[in-house]
Amino acid sequence: MEKQATRDAYGQALIELGQRYNDVVVLDADLSQSTKTAGFARAFPERFINAGIAEQNMIGMSAGLAACGKIVFASSFAVFATGRAFEQVRNSLAYANLNVKVCATHAGITVGEDGGSHQSVEDIALMRAVPNMTVVVPADGPSTRQAVFALYHREGPAYLRMGRPSVPVLYEAEQEFTIGKGIELRQGKDATLIACGIMVSKCLEAAEKLAQKGIEVSVLDMHTIKPIDEELIERKARETGAILTVEEHTILGGLGSAVCETVAARYPVPVLRMGIEDRFGQSGKPEELLQHYGLSSEDIIKKVYRLLQKR
Amino acid sequence: MKQINDVSIALVEEKARQIRRDIIQMLSQAGSGHTGGSLSAADIVSCLYFWEMKLDPARPDWEERDRFVLSKGHAAPVLYAALAEKGYFPRKDIFGLRKLGSPLQGHPDMRKIPGVEASTGSLGQGVSWAVGMAQSARIDQKAFRVYTLLGDGELQEGMVWEALMAAAHYGLDNLVAIVDHNGLQIDGRICDVLSPEPIADKFRAFGWETLVVDGHAVPDLMRALNTARDTKGKPTAIVAKTVKGKGCSFMENRAEWHGKAPTAEEAAKALAELE
Repeated sequence: MEKQATRDAYGQALIELGQRYNDVVVLDADLSQSTKTAGFARAFPERFINAGIAEQNMIGMSAGLAACGKIVFASSFAVFATGRAFEQVRNSLAYANLNVKVCATHAGITVGEDGGSHQSVEDIALMRAVPNMTVVVPADGPSTRQAVFALYHREGPAYLRMGRPSVPVLYEAEQEFTIGKGIELRQGKDATLIACGIMVSKCLEAAEKLAQKGIEVSVLDMHTIKPIDEELIERKARETGAILTVEEHTILGGLGSAVCETVAARYPVPVLRMGIEDRFGQSGKPEELLQHYGLSSEDIIKKVYRLLQKR
Repeated sequence: MKQINDVSIALVEEKARQIRRDIIQMLSQAGSGHTGGSLSAADIVSCLYFWEMKLDPARPDWEERDRFVLSKGHAAPVLYAALAEKGYFPRKDIFGLRKLGSPLQGHPDMRKIPGVEASTGSLGQGVSWAVGMAQSARIDQKAFRVYTLLGDGELQEGMVWEALMAAAHYGLDNLVAIVDHNGLQIDGRICDVLSPEPIADKFRAFGWETLVVDGHAVPDLMRALNTARDTKGKPTAIVAKTVKGKGCSFMENRAEWHGKAPTAEEAAKALAELE
């Protein structure tokens, strides 16, 4: 299976975007090799600003650039972009409703060996709570590229969450991608798995294995956490009567919470949430960590059986 | 080099007096707000709006305009008074300050008022915006200049120093940071709360052309702004020594006037002094 890191797709998309549009400016905080903004920096040095290890000022400068009409892509690791600079994102970007896209890599536990201090498990919750913010968590390389272009064209601040490791390629290059519209990757009548980011491919794996046992589940790529696709969630709640959410993020405040809010308000059915269970991460290999924190495709299968008992 | 003459000085001084009167009246009507730090900045802001900056109130979105970022956003009344005086909106609107539905929020909101360049108020952030604006001018090879006004207490925010480092590193000579150095913050004297001194030495050490002036002496401010325009390759800081509550004797140098509005009686007394 072909694999690509979402951050690599991001770096390439930025160069494409820079070639096409003159108003794109990219900022980084001394992590351009890791976040992959370095390619843009080489191609368009006059439109790249290295803020140094100073994320708060990076976000503040982004605001000033956007106030002068630039469309800014600001990158760092998720823990710093959304945590260290949270209040700058809130007050300088979101409150002023500026065209700055906070594009963070190294989200979640699959950062791996660097350990819990660098594994952001709460960034979706933080960004989702801020008015005016759009929150997008793409599942693979091609949809990351599409997300970058879609965010360029979408007015206002946004958070794009990406990971460190290579992940399976799920989409064609020109797959349609609309912010706020989830993608139904697999149809099944017994339950619906709603996932984002790297967990989408894990859910597809689990669905395949479940099908061999006669259980047919739907799988949704809910790449936009905010605004969430309420229509699709309600329709799948009605059609399948049970939902499992799966994310590489704390179960508090992220995708699972957003789905529960929608289901509770529109069509209550049993929902189980899978994610990091209110804990910090630790050092290890990405796959080991997914196993350790209960986010393997086998764990998903077990959870689906539990869910079916609740129907 | 811009002309400094008796006419231009008298105009800035007269506008500063009007701005101070408006500050007192709008805060008194609002019943809350930041009086002391608005008054201390009145001469600086008047100098920028009525002498220094290239602006066109009829075209607030004019791309070539100079930008002013009030990093000490709690001094919103001084900005609102200057903008109204300059003609960005009718003067009567200043009496909406801090009231429900009014565009004049407690801290400046760029989305609600023409002429407000940045939504500020969370200290330390405006100076970063200003650095970003100066960088934008450079990217587009535009000639506009960027001015930002910081409080001296605001220098306690770590983010300020990130921004100062970046401005010097990128050699932003189209950027001027003015410090309203009135020596007081809500909890008392800045030197007692958490001293940012020596302020001018710190700016110099961070690579800024640094001038220390009397922030109420209009000709001195003008000369400093002229020097800033002639300085190439680095940003300029103007440490303006000011008096908190300047112009109202009973407010001057008193920290309790940081976040307090005058009563009707106090306002009348203040206005009498500002005749």
